[in-house]
Amino acid sequence: MEPKHTPLHNEHVRLNAVMAPFAGWDMPIHYGSILDEARHARDAVSIFDTSHMGEFIVKERAGSSSLDRAVTIPVAKMKIKRCRYGFLLTEEGKLLDDLIAYRIEDGQWMLVVNAGTVDKDFRVIQERLSSDASIENISEATVKIDVQGPRSLEVMKALVGDTIKKLTYYGLDFFNLMGGTFLISRTGYTGELGYEIYIDSRKGADLWKQLLSHPAVKPAGLGARDILRLEMGLPLYGNEFTEETTPLDGGMERFLDMDKDFTGKQALLEQQKRGVVRRLAGFTVDGRRTPRHGNRILAELNEVGFVTSGVFSPHLNRGIGMGYIDAGRSGPGGEISIDTGKGEIRAVLEPVPFLKNTSIKYSEA
Amino acid sequence: MDITVLDEYFYTEEHEWAKIEGKRAKIGISDYAQQKLGDITYVEPAEIGKGVKQFEFLTGIESVKAASDIYAPLSGTIVSFNDSLNQAPELVNRSCYGEGWIVEIELSDPGESKNLMDAAGYREYAGGLE
Repeated sequence: MEPKHTPLHNEHVRLNAVMAPFAGWDMPIHYGSILDEARHARDAVSIFDTSHMGEFIVKERAGSSSLDRAVTIPVAKMKIKRCRYGFLLTEEGKLLDDLIAYRIEDGQWMLVVNAGTVDKDFRVIQERLSSDASIENISEATVKIDVQGPRSLEVMKALVGDTIKKLTYYGLDFFNLMGGTFLISRTGYTGELGYEIYIDSRKGADLWKQLLSHPAVKPAGLGARDILRLEMGLPLYGNEFTEETTPLDGGMERFLDMDKDFTGKQALLEQQKRGVVRRLAGFTVDGRRTPRHGNRILAELNEVGFVTSGVFSPHLNRGIGMGYIDAGRSGPGGEISIDTGKGEIRAVLEPVPFLKNTSIKYSEA
Repeated sequence: MDITVLDEYFYTEEHEWAKIEGKRAKIGISDYAQQKLGDITYVEPAEIGKGVKQFEFLTGIESVKAASDIYAPLSGTIVSFNDSLNQAPELVNRSCYGEGWIVEIELSDPGESKNLMDAAGYREYAGGLE
């Protein structure tokens, strides 16, 4: 199947992006240098076209709670104009997807899901909703642009005005701009101060160009996005999370609300009692070599796990990665060896995020 | 893709180059190769004194995208490795035919250059790829 184009495709071509298929979409991987783009996002501001991701609008009246049971996020308890991260699970507690719920107003949420799982997620959630709830897939009609970096407030002020300052970490609001309504949240996938903008796809190219006209802003592709998220130890669906893993394997307890009912909860309670077999852990390499997805992890000559993601970190000047490791050996400080198929790399298990003191929780107060 | 090909170098189908100076040759990767690989993050230090055969494994190179092998354009003995690459492998991106050279070989058979492409041949070869 031909990969799909986002509404910003022509902009990427104009910027001489190197494009490649990702989750069924033809996406910009970089515009010249992946490492330079990753550095720019931590020094100034980068914008990313993330229109491949999926957005659903779910409506359900107060008192009815089928959405609340469909996902791990306590959507009914969430404050209006707030976002929360969580999971869509099978009955067995396995990960169908990770997602963010936006509580837009009373009885209305936006769910932001991964590109490769849009159709599956839509079907599953639709099946789980009660007959008086509704779900609409607005992905095709939506352009999503991420604005990320320590100077992103300055860029957003230029775009939106001073009112943008009222958005706190994981807050959202609507803004009337460029003849349309923008949904903006203070969220992201880089560990920097940042915003995600959702707008009518017909206004996408105008917004992209407007953002690029700010001198601090440069475009960044999925290559830099992968480095930035991994430097923060953030999981990627398809790598760290699959239908073979549970949130407990991933060490995601803090994103589970065990006080409410949700699909998969029973299985997780049982897994909690048994204990996890392999746990997701981060590691840093002794040197500049890069571990890669699928590499075997060894400890004292025994195979103890596998790499889910690896990159070269331009901020730590070394290879970093994450992988599943036998629970007994997954604690920080453990020494491992990674079999790349082209020799072994020595690495040490380290708590994530690998980078501390980024601009993510910046506040003016 | 716009690529630079230098006249006084020989090239392989795997996109290595060799610059022969008397009995020695400097070896690196071509502009086509560095552009395709993207940002170079690691070049495996080659073992000095090791013998290599034409078109066989010489050393490893890693970029943000993948790990690849570099093959020897000519047979001989490795006499030096470009140590600057240990701290600054990006030299391969910045100056693939100059400061980003990788190893120097003492040639065992300079006549093997007949198995390599000259600049005109390589320009046509690489231009036909995409």
